[in-house]
This record gives sequence, structure tokens and C-alpha cells, in this order.
Amino acid sequence: MIRLNRLLGFIAIIVVLTVLMIATIKPVLNNITLGLDLQGGFEVLYQAIPTDGQEITTQALKETAAAIDRRIDVLGVTEPRIEIEGTDRIRIQLAGVPDQDAARELLGKPAKLTFRNVNNEILLDGSDLVEGGASVDLDKIGRPVVVLKLKDADKFRDITAKYIGQSIGIYLDEELITNPVVNQVISTGDAIITGQETVEEAQELADLLNAGALPLDLKELQSQSVGATLGMKALELTIKAGIIGAIFVLLFMIFYYRVPGIIASYALVVYVYLILVLFWLLHVTLTLPGIAALVLGVGMAIDANIITYERIKEELKSGKSLLSSVRAGSRRSLSTIIDANITTILAAIVLYIFGTSLIRGFAITLIVSIIVSLITAVYGSKLLLNLFVKSNLVTNPRAYGVKEEEISEL
Amino acid sequence: MNYKFDFYKYRKIYFIISGVIMLLGIVSLLIFGLNLGVDFKSGTRIEINIEQNFVEKDIRSLLKDAETAAKEQGIKDVDLTPSIVRQAGNKNGIAVVRFDQTINSDVLPVIKEVFRSKYGEQVDLIESKVDPTIGRELARKAFYAVLWASLGIIIYVSIRFEFRFGVTAIIALFHDAFFVIAIFSLLRLEVDLTFIAAILTIVGYSINDTIVIFDRIRENMKLNKVKRARDIENIVNISLNQTLARSINTSLTVLFTALALFILGGEGIKNFSLALVLGLISGAYSSIFIAAPIWALWKGKDLDKKKFKPQIES
Repeated sequence: MIRLNRLLGFIAIIVVLTVLMIATIKPVLNNITLGLDLQGGFEVLYQAIPTDGQEITTQALKETAAAIDRRIDVLGVTEPRIEIEGTDRIRIQLAGVPDQDAARELLGKPAKLTFRNVNNEILLDGSDLVEGGASVDLDKIGRPVVVLKLKDADKFRDITAKYIGQSIGIYLDEELITNPVVNQVISTGDAIITGQETVEEAQELADLLNAGALPLDLKELQSQSVGATLGMKALELTIKAGIIGAIFVLLFMIFYYRVPGIIASYALVVYVYLILVLFWLLHVTLTLPGIAALVLGVGMAIDANIITYERIKEELKSGKSLLSSVRAGSRRSLSTIIDANITTILAAIVLYIFGTSLIRGFAITLIVSIIVSLITAVYGSKLLLNLFVKSNLVTNPRAYGVKEEEISEL
Repeated sequence: MNYKFDFYKYRKIYFIISGVIMLLGIVSLLIFGLNLGVDFKSGTRIEINIEQNFVEKDIRSLLKDAETAAKEQGIKDVDLTPSIVRQAGNKNGIAVVRFDQTINSDVLPVIKEVFRSKYGEQVDLIESKVDPTIGRELARKAFYAVLWASLGIIIYVSIRFEFRFGVTAIIALFHDAFFVIAIFSLLRLEVDLTFIAAILTIVGYSINDTIVIFDRIRENMKLNKVKRARDIENIVNISLNQTLARSINTSLTVLFTALALFILGGEGIKNFSLALVLGLISGAYSSIFIAAPIWALWKGKDLDKKKFKPQIES
């Protein structure tokens, strides 16, 4: 006899979950951060090199990162990612940059400001400037100039005193911006750069100087740039491949395990949805290998169902009733699933502790997908299967993948 | 209890098969090494997406043109003589160009321009340049991380199951990781950073696969009286037969997805998914044909020793 309340419970859970998933999947998908291999962009890993025997401190690294951030601001890139890695590295990711070449130009050359005498000896450099101290002003006859503030007014006074009557070149990297002659001793700690044609030009230079006074020298260790259309193509191809692979898995499950297979397939859809929600909440950047790991996670999640259903089939074949087979099969398979997954989680945790960024990202994805798969594939599909079996809608063992002749008498 | 297949009987054959593959792998690694990508070797790699058929000769001459144009613009370090040009992609529309030297980034817009004027506006580039120390550091860290993870697994499995299970599971794990590395060396496939991610995935999968079988062996050990090595062989065969459907089905489903990624996924994950496919096959194979028989041999020997000891003493 069909038990309506169980059947209604079963249907209600599925309807509510499905509506929830359909209603929220779009915003979730739109808010997942894509790696630059999927949306095009530019990534550099810099190693900080100490200048003049100065040590690399966390503070100096942070200041450098902040300076880079200001420099990227000049570019107008939205959401740059600047991360400090290890003790002396800075990783910069500019995803979806419209003009990658300009970005490279700006980042690839860490603009270093130097003041040099006629013999090209460096007198002062960017680190002597007050951070963010460059501004635009107009001189007496209304020409735009850039005013710089120096940290140590005395040092600048001594230099101007020493080189009075000579010119001091101001260089951005190897490019001479202006070559003023020192007319008087300056004791206020203000240096003035003249020679800008327009206010805009002066502002641009001031911005670059503010951003460009990097406390540390940077050496490019690694860089990657991906054209935007190529990133999109990779995303499209991988998603298409993932969906086709998943459809094969679902068809296989339904064909092989029948009713439980349908429930496992549904649990799998919920699994993928939950993983995406978690990626969004944890701000995981989705990269190509990440999608691959996700798709692979589908296979791993299905393993828990396969273990359970094989057990249920064994119990059915031994002659138990449908309900007690489901119960015994679920119970007996649980410790197997838990042991297998704990071992894998353990491996992932150790990988996380000892690994670098790529390994860590992978380990996190693995841990998240195992935990979610335990929830959906073990508890989720168990709940649904129990409700469905108790509803007595389908009682034929064939619908559970077991032929009558395989069932032995108790 | 009865079983269909006697897995244990032909253990020597499996050991020989795996041994030969391992040996071939070692020889290949010693002679050829791995085909390291720019992640592990200095240089620059450029993927030019052309979206139409091309001949290698054209690529080389276009690069020469770009070099000339770049020099005219006063860009330094623009030796654009490639070491390898390879066709890739589903429609062979991608040119993968490897340079042993590091290319100045300023030259990229020039290359793009030159290729666009020949093949049209759809041409786009992926460029990567790595200081080889980064890649090597990552590979080294990954290797140590796997070693520590192995230790952790042995400890956990020793507590939950027994020490022998832990050790044999790790043997299977290294078997699978090494199998993939050996095939990549033999086939001269390019190894990059995603390869490390693939190996780690295989490690996780291999452990999972083996533990499920060991769990069933443990359960059957409790249900049956085990006194001699013969009993162990029997139990291993029963357990392998009981878990066979699961082993095949799980491997098949994961293989579906990995194969779909390999066949339909983009160029960027081709080698990654191939490594996964190989690792999955090896993982399923080693759990049944390597891990379980080795454990049975070991456990059986220990049991027989225990059994005979008192007789010698008395």
C-alpha cells in the first residue's frame, strides 16, 4: 500500500530544493571569481630584492604591495589581487584587464625614481620620498609643476648645498624626466619637478610617483598572460566537457542502479550546486584545474553511493526485505565510506600544511568536495531513498537493480 | 563462501607486469628524463590561437618578422628563434611555441600584430614565463608533502586497521603516481604545474580506492576464522569479488568525466586530464592486483611464522 505522507515528504524535499537551486544558481555563478586562465588576464610573481643591504621586512613588503595597488589604480583595473607569498614574494593578478599591454607596461617596469648628479651617481631614490607626497602645483607664471616631499629635509639641504650651480637629473628608471639646475639650497624638504606641458601630464607623473615609490626592488619570477577570448573559450570547452562527462555518469547510474541511481543522480546535482555555493562563499578562485577537480569530485561523490547501493544489493540478494536491506546497506557501508574519506581528507590536510599555493588550493578543493559529498551522497541520498522506499510506491527488487532469481531464500 | 574469480592465484603475473612497467619507467627517466615545460625550465612558452590551419614554417618566419619589427621599435632581448613549434587544439588551430630563452614581454603586442595581419583579428595569445626555481620548488614541496601525507595515512590506517594495510596502501599509491610519471616520460609529454595537481588527485583517489577494499577484508577477517596463509588467500579473494562491482563502477564513472575532459576540454587541461585517466586506471588496477595480494602475502607469512613457532619451541 502506498503511504502518502512519505511520498509527499519525498516530493516536497525535491520540489523545494529544486526551486531553491534554480532561483539562486544564476547569482551564485555570476559571483564566483574566475581565475585568469578562464577570463583572460595577467599574472606576475615578483621577488623582492633588498636595496642597499636593507632587510626585507613584512612591513616593507606590505608597503610595496600597497604601492603596487596604487599603481594599478592609475590603470583603472577593477579588483586586482595582490598577495604576499612567503617571506619575500608578491603575486599580482589582474583578471579581465581590457588593455593587457598597458598593464604589463606599468607593472613590468617597477618605476624607480632616482635623483642623480652629472656623473650619474644616485643621490636620492624613491625610498627618500614621503609616500604619496607628490602633488601638482602651479609655479609663479602658471606652469604646472610636480612637488615632491622628502622624508629627510636635512639630507636634501646638504645635497642641494653640495651641488649648487650644477644640475641634478630626476630619472624614472633610466628615463630622464627633468634636469633642473640647483639655484639655491632647499631646506624645506620640497623638491620641484618642472617641464610638464599640461596639468594632466603633471598629474599623471605625480600619480606614478606616488604609486611608484616602491620600498623594495622587484624581480619578475613568473608571469602569465592569457588573451580574454582564449580564457572564455577554455571556460566554455571545460564546462561543456564537464556537463557531457556528468551526463554519462548520471545515465550510467540510472541504468545500473535504477531507482537508487535516480536518487543518486539528484544528490549529485545538489552536490555540484553546494560546491559552487561554497566556492562563492569562501571566495575560491575557480581555475581550469579547479573545474577539473570539481568534475572529478563528481566521480568521487558517486563512489559513496556506489558503495552503499552495492551493499543494499547484497542485502537484497540475501533475502532481506527492501526496507531492511536499505537500512542495513546504509549502515554497513557508512564506516567504509567514512574510513576511506577520512584517509583522503587526512592526506589533503597534510598536503595543505606542507604545500605551496597551488597545492593548497587543490587541497582545499579536495577537502570541501569530500565533506560536501559526505553530506549529499551519504545523508542526502539516504534520506531520500528511505522516504521513497517507505512510501511503497515502487517495491519490485528489479527497480533496485536485483533480479528475482538472484535472491536467495532466507 | 564461494567466489567467481581467483585474483590471488595469478599474483606473480601482476607483479611481473607492474615490475616491467616500473623498470621501463626508471630506464626512461634515467635516459630521457621528463619533458619539462617552462614551469620547470627557464624560457618562455607562447600559445598562439590562430583558429585555422597553418604550417610550421609560416610560424617561424612570422616570428622572424616580429623580431625585425620589434628591433625597429628599439625593444631589447627579442631573439624569437623558437626551440619547438607544435600544432595543438581540436582543429589544430593552436601553435604552441617554446623558446629556450626568456622573451621580453614588450614584444608580445608586436607578435600579436604580426600574426593578426596574416591570420585575422581572432588571433590571441597565452604567454607564460617562469623562473625555473619556482617550478622546482613547487615540485619538491609537493614531493615532501606526499611523503608526509603517506606517513599520516600509515599512522591512521595502523590505528584504525593494521600496520600492514597502511604500508601496502602506500605502496599502491606510489605505484600509481610513478606509473603516470613513467608514461609521461616514455611518451615525451610535456610536464607543467597542472601535472603536479594531477598527481595529487591520483594520490587521493588511489588511497580511497584501496581503503575500501581493505575495509572489506577487515570485515571478512572478523566474520571468519583465520589461522593460516591459505585462509588469508581465501578471504582476499572473497573480499575482492565482493567489492569488484564497486571497484569497476566507481572507476568507470570517474573515468567518464576524466575522458570527457581529455577529449572535449581545452588545450590547457589536455595533459592534466590524460594524467588523470592514466592514474585512475592504475589506481583501480593496483588496489586489486597489487595492494591486496601484497598484503595477503605479508599477512600470510606472518601468520605461518606464528603458527610454526610454538611447534619448534616445544
